[in-house]
Amino acid sequence: MTVNTPEEFRAELRDWLEMNCPGEMRDGGLGEDSICWGGKDWVFTSNAQKVWLERCAAKGYTVPTWPVEYGGAGLDRTREKVFHEEMSAINARSPLQSFGIWMLGPALLHFGSHEQKLHYLPPIARGEVRWCQGYSEPGAGSDLANVQTRGEDKGDHWLVNGQKIWTSYADKADWIFALVRTDRNAPKHKGISFLLCDMDQTGVETRPIKMISGISPFCETFFTDAKIPKHQIVGEENRGWDVAKYLLTHEREMISGGGAGLSGGGRALGAVLSDTMETLDATTRADAMRCEIDALAIGLTLERYKDQSEAGQGAGDASAMLKYTGTELNKQRHELMMSAGGSDALEWDGPLGNRAGDWLRTKANSIEGGTSEVMLSIVSRRVLGLPA
Amino acid sequence: MKKLVMTEEEKMLADMARGFLDGAAPVSRFREMRDAGHTYDKALWQEMADMGWAGVLVPEDAGGSDMGFAATNIIARELGKTLAVSPFLSTAVIAATALRQVSDKRAKDALSRIALGQVTYALAVDEGVKFDPDATAMEARADGNGFRLNGKKQFVVDGALADRLLVLARTENGLTVFDIPAERAGIERVASNMIDARDAARITFQNVEATGEDVLGAVDHAMKVLKPALQAGQAALAAEMAGLTSGAFGMTVDYLKERKQFGVEIGRFQALQHRAAHLWCEIEVTASAILNAGRMLDHDPENAELAVSLAKARATDTAKLAVMEGVQMHGGIGMTDAYDMGFYMKRARVGAEWLGDYSYHAEKVAAARGF
Repeated sequence: MTVNTPEEFRAELRDWLEMNCPGEMRDGGLGEDSICWGGKDWVFTSNAQKVWLERCAAKGYTVPTWPVEYGGAGLDRTREKVFHEEMSAINARSPLQSFGIWMLGPALLHFGSHEQKLHYLPPIARGEVRWCQGYSEPGAGSDLANVQTRGEDKGDHWLVNGQKIWTSYADKADWIFALVRTDRNAPKHKGISFLLCDMDQTGVETRPIKMISGISPFCETFFTDAKIPKHQIVGEENRGWDVAKYLLTHEREMISGGGAGLSGGGRALGAVLSDTMETLDATTRADAMRCEIDALAIGLTLERYKDQSEAGQGAGDASAMLKYTGTELNKQRHELMMSAGGSDALEWDGPLGNRAGDWLRTKANSIEGGTSEVMLSIVSRRVLGLPA
Repeated sequence: MKKLVMTEEEKMLADMARGFLDGAAPVSRFREMRDAGHTYDKALWQEMADMGWAGVLVPEDAGGSDMGFAATNIIARELGKTLAVSPFLSTAVIAATALRQVSDKRAKDALSRIALGQVTYALAVDEGVKFDPDATAMEARADGNGFRLNGKKQFVVDGALADRLLVLARTENGLTVFDIPAERAGIERVASNMIDARDAARITFQNVEATGEDVLGAVDHAMKVLKPALQAGQAALAAEMAGLTSGAFGMTVDYLKERKQFGVEIGRFQALQHRAAHLWCEIEVTASAILNAGRMLDHDPENAELAVSLAKARATDTAKLAVMEGVQMHGGIGMTDAYDMGFYMKRARVGAEWLGDYSYHAEKVAAARGF
């Protein structure tokens, strides 16, 4: 990495973006259809999407903060801010999104061996392998540590049997990282391992679940005598809960960031609403103002926790606060957007596109990655020290 | 832009302030003052001045400690935690910031006297029940070489104790700030019997003489000096309210851990746990807005309006929630005068109105965010 000042970096980046970001990729990329998820079976929606991914990957810009040797650009927090500022200045789409980037990557960077990082991270950064998350089970929702999918020790591998649920995009994923019970006699938090599983085998099947939003982003995933080689474990055997918790922290911050409207261009709510409502009525306007005030303050809180994290103070249990406030806000924001859209917002693929689907999708925000109630319990026990 | 993390220096300032205030101005001290009917502790203010707090925004060449707005907010927050009574906001923050916008000898002398704790100020803006400087009707009619001030002000915080008044009045082509002694002929001050047992006054101006010397800044251009002063005051008030929020919340969480009903600590009940946790989340979110306001005032004051209004709006809302939950979770004892929670509730209500309420600041945010 060349050592340049943040402003030199900004100037270089600006030039690079000008030369390399295709015009079609400068539309802000709002909406599910614009996302590039990558993976073995990924079909690019346009040549521009392909070119944009390849060019970014070559510079490490799909994962700007990851170390260069693992496919990133090695940017520090200041330069990362510059990166996002310059990307949004030209309204550039994110070149690649994935659970590999948001969840597995941070967990591997923290718990993985050097070999594992070299093996798994660069394909994530290049968008070649698409990952999904095997956490929840029919009997392990809020009580996640109650996972029953079991891994039987067969010497050089585990033989895995069980069922996962709410595995987002499992039907389109290449690999799954899963919580598997490898010691059935230990207390529930102490018998879980964090395993990496190739889904391209007969023992792994997926079935999409149709949701109220009309789409099927979530799946059930079934393991029937699936084989997972022993070296595909992250962290120590039966210590997978530590990895799971660490990863959940990232997941919560990510979900919360979406809620504050920072990831999707961060348009002011007033502008969003007036697209569909010529003059906001007094009640909607007052609600929207409150929502906007909270969004700005929550956005600053995300910034503050990122700054703290760079200063060596991790968010830890406070990430529950980011998740709770961000997701509850996002639900309110979409309620307001529906209200402003009036009857236009009531049609599937109507004049306002998928507004109703987006609205319904947000209802999962305060459930996935830990419900709001679980977040509040984490805060009350671990932050406030109230008795269990 | 500086980061949204407290620096080591800032943490030391907070610790130092806390240590001092726990000794010199705990809530029990406020209670003594309230019981005795006192709204001003001159000796305490002198001690604060000796520590550099009165001159926190006074330039060093005028004898101040010039620590900046983020530091000012830190002190205000600590004052709020134990409801310490002082003219810090009206004198050290608002008046000092207004005076700093003017570069003449008179202003510099006034700043020096503020830093030494030798003079106190109050800002006289409100005329109706709500903060609305633009609607100022009080008249300063040109008269010979000077002016004649006629009109009424209310909710002049620290208006009864102050040595001098900053008065906003309407002149021929706009608004003007006058810096005049509170005892000048024609001024009648009536102390208000405030719910928070702090100083505020209703003031009548009858044909009060003012000269060109008394004008702070330029005639008809009040906002040039007043706007920065109001922003500094609003941010510091938000910080003070965050402090009182934290004080009330601390009491409440302690109580949840101690109070037993049905044979267990009431903090075991999930209904209360979740409400306490929700409140903590709100407090954390508001803390970010306040930290940001201090950073913006220090590093980009021209563009600080949104940040300041955001901080004041959030602080107002969060303080309200904290004191309401504080009383409710304490149950009956929270309603008694012998218990301190009521003090926090009353101060939160006064702070909510001073320098613009939630709606006032929400409108400022809305204007900046395209509503």
